[in-house]
Amino acid sequence: MISKYSLLEIKDLQVSINDNEILKKLNLTIEKGEIHAIMGPNGSGKSTFSKVIAGHPSYSVLNGEILFKGSSILNLEPEERSHLGIFLAFQYPIEIPGVSNEDFLRLAYNSKQRFYNKPEVDPIEFLGIINEKLKLVNMSPRFLSRNVNEGFSGGEKKRNEILQMLLLNPDLSILDETDSGLDIDALKIISKGINNFMDSNKAILLITHYQRLLDYINPTYVHVMQDGQIIKTGSAKLAKELEEKGYEWLQI
Amino acid sequence: MVNQSKKVLNKDITKLVNQTYQYGFSTNIEKDIIEKGLNEKTIQLISRKKKETSFLLQFRLKAYKKWKQMSEPKWAHLKFPEINYQEIIYYSAPKLKKKLKDLSEVDPELLKTFEKLGISLSEQKRLANVAIDAVFDSVSIATTFQDELSKSGVIFASISEAINEYPDLIEKYLGSVVPIGDNYFSALNSAVFTDGSFCYIPQDTICPLDLSTYFRINDQKSGQFERTLIIAEKNSQVNYLEGCTAPQYDTNQLHAAVVELVALENASIKYSTVQNWYSGNKWGKGGVYNFVTKRGLCAGSNSKISWTQVETGSSITWKYPSCLLVGDNSQGEFYSVALTNNYQQADTGTKMIHMGKNTRSRIISKGISAGNSKNSYRGLVNITNKALSARNYSQCDSLLIGNLSNANTFPFISVQNSTSKIEHEASTSKIGEEQIFYFLQRGIELEKAIELMISGFCKEIFTELPLEFAAEADKLLTLKLEGSVG
Repeated sequence: MISKYSLLEIKDLQVSINDNEILKKLNLTIEKGEIHAIMGPNGSGKSTFSKVIAGHPSYSVLNGEILFKGSSILNLEPEERSHLGIFLAFQYPIEIPGVSNEDFLRLAYNSKQRFYNKPEVDPIEFLGIINEKLKLVNMSPRFLSRNVNEGFSGGEKKRNEILQMLLLNPDLSILDETDSGLDIDALKIISKGINNFMDSNKAILLITHYQRLLDYINPTYVHVMQDGQIIKTGSAKLAKELEEKGYEWLQI
Repeated sequence: MVNQSKKVLNKDITKLVNQTYQYGFSTNIEKDIIEKGLNEKTIQLISRKKKETSFLLQFRLKAYKKWKQMSEPKWAHLKFPEINYQEIIYYSAPKLKKKLKDLSEVDPELLKTFEKLGISLSEQKRLANVAIDAVFDSVSIATTFQDELSKSGVIFASISEAINEYPDLIEKYLGSVVPIGDNYFSALNSAVFTDGSFCYIPQDTICPLDLSTYFRINDQKSGQFERTLIIAEKNSQVNYLEGCTAPQYDTNQLHAAVVELVALENASIKYSTVQNWYSGNKWGKGGVYNFVTKRGLCAGSNSKISWTQVETGSSITWKYPSCLLVGDNSQGEFYSVALTNNYQQADTGTKMIHMGKNTRSRIISKGISAGNSKNSYRGLVNITNKALSARNYSQCDSLLIGNLSNANTFPFISVQNSTSKIEHEASTSKIGEEQIFYFLQRGIELEKAIELMISGFCKEIFTELPLEFAAEADKLLTLKLEGSVG
């Protein structure tokens, strides 16, 4: 059955933080099975955009609408958006001292189970589930006993984000500069994880500075964002052109 | 316009308003009260009411004289209006018709109170293996399992009872660790203390039950001045637990306790407290002023005293459980979680005085400050010239929640020989919006997120608490912090 709703539909979105308008009439529609890449210079509003979709409390939505699977999510709490299937892989995953990765992951998993009235899993059962996912991103099980992101290298933090994505199995994954700070091997592992995860029922929104990631993940659309708006949309070829000519090329 | 930030905050504020102190009720009961105010006559009256020996009356009067010459200490990082000591009731006891032989003779209102507090005085506690002494305002109401304990030679009684029945032990040890003139509040306590607990663990005995005292201030104007004395003879061991609550009043109540521990050769005492006196409302009105002197003497070689405290209540906490490490190879430990919220103020820490050779001490302090509260760690590590090869490790971590709370650390270190080793670590961290958002984005709700971070922060302390206390402490902290993160 084909749903009549788009997975994500953003209409004329205007967003500010501390009275600074960051997003200005932004429009974007993402269908299931699509991979969108948003590129753009520093400060163009890419990260703000990703956080607003996830419901970060610091931003005020002044105008516009965000529809997820056909319903507005503007009044939903971040955790509700998460349960509905929105996942954000953070650009700078935060360290949480004193909380083990294992407890954190299990709690996240069980929160979602509870939301869908499914049985929660006990720690032993969970270990079976998470061990499968660990293999997909080449992570050692010893990461489980370490505190969330504490003392992780940049690459380990990013892999931990992808691990969480695989675990929570979201419909829409927003990956905010997941490629930055990765060496080429780590980039390959993560890309492989993402490609295997992707299917026709899901969508991915990649936020990136560089074309490099797009050598491994093939986007359906590439958007260029500047000054809080999408100023150009094209195919994967657009990313290549940008890499050669720079963002200046698009300036009018 | 949807302001996401306001939305999350509003939700928390609503919760803050609805947050209640679950022990805030008071009990209506007939009381025997000595007129408020303090003078020699009050003290004589207390002593007479308690049918004390002349040793004790002299002890009290001497303390009163000292107290009159002293003034309130001002060095702590605390601000509070002057206390009028003449406005306090120094003796308030539930009217008992006669000496109680059996729990069934206790006023059912009182039993109900303790029942409400989750303190069952009946023999049900047998299952939990805890013997309890319950102190209500000024008087010990009931001590459980005395028979059982006496089989192993352990004495567990109210201090009033001990004063009459074991005068030799009292005369030998009372005031031996905390001298009556030690400080302003210990002098006051020595003059007017009305009850408390007494434990004596004989030589070569491991106390078969955990001992526990439950303190309850009920009367609005009464102060509670309890006195606890624990003596562990050679090769003995005891675990002692203390819990405290008080009703909710607009006025401040004074609590000035003295706890003395004596550990002889090879003996070990573990003293755990979960303090949850009423802390005042969210604007800082009311609450208990908690000025407590707790000190342990490791008199014998290889002795060990360990303090564990979870301080969550009181509007003011002034408390430094300390160890005098006199015996060679003796050990002192201090594990503390102090949580302050709203307008609470805490100035707490420890003193480790090393006098014997090879003495060791360990200090782990965790301070959590939320709301507009002030939370200070104040500690002294003093290694004297005779304490050769002494060692100390201190760790002081502070956790800030919100932007208006305040955390301070005042560590004093004095080392007078060159063979000793001292380590001090400190950290300050903050539960920030970004950490919370990380949890929320993964579908974990706010309360759960805070709980997880707090129990992670306090992990090292909670493992020191007896099991049922640890679970209670974990819950208590989460409850106290409800709504403080926005």
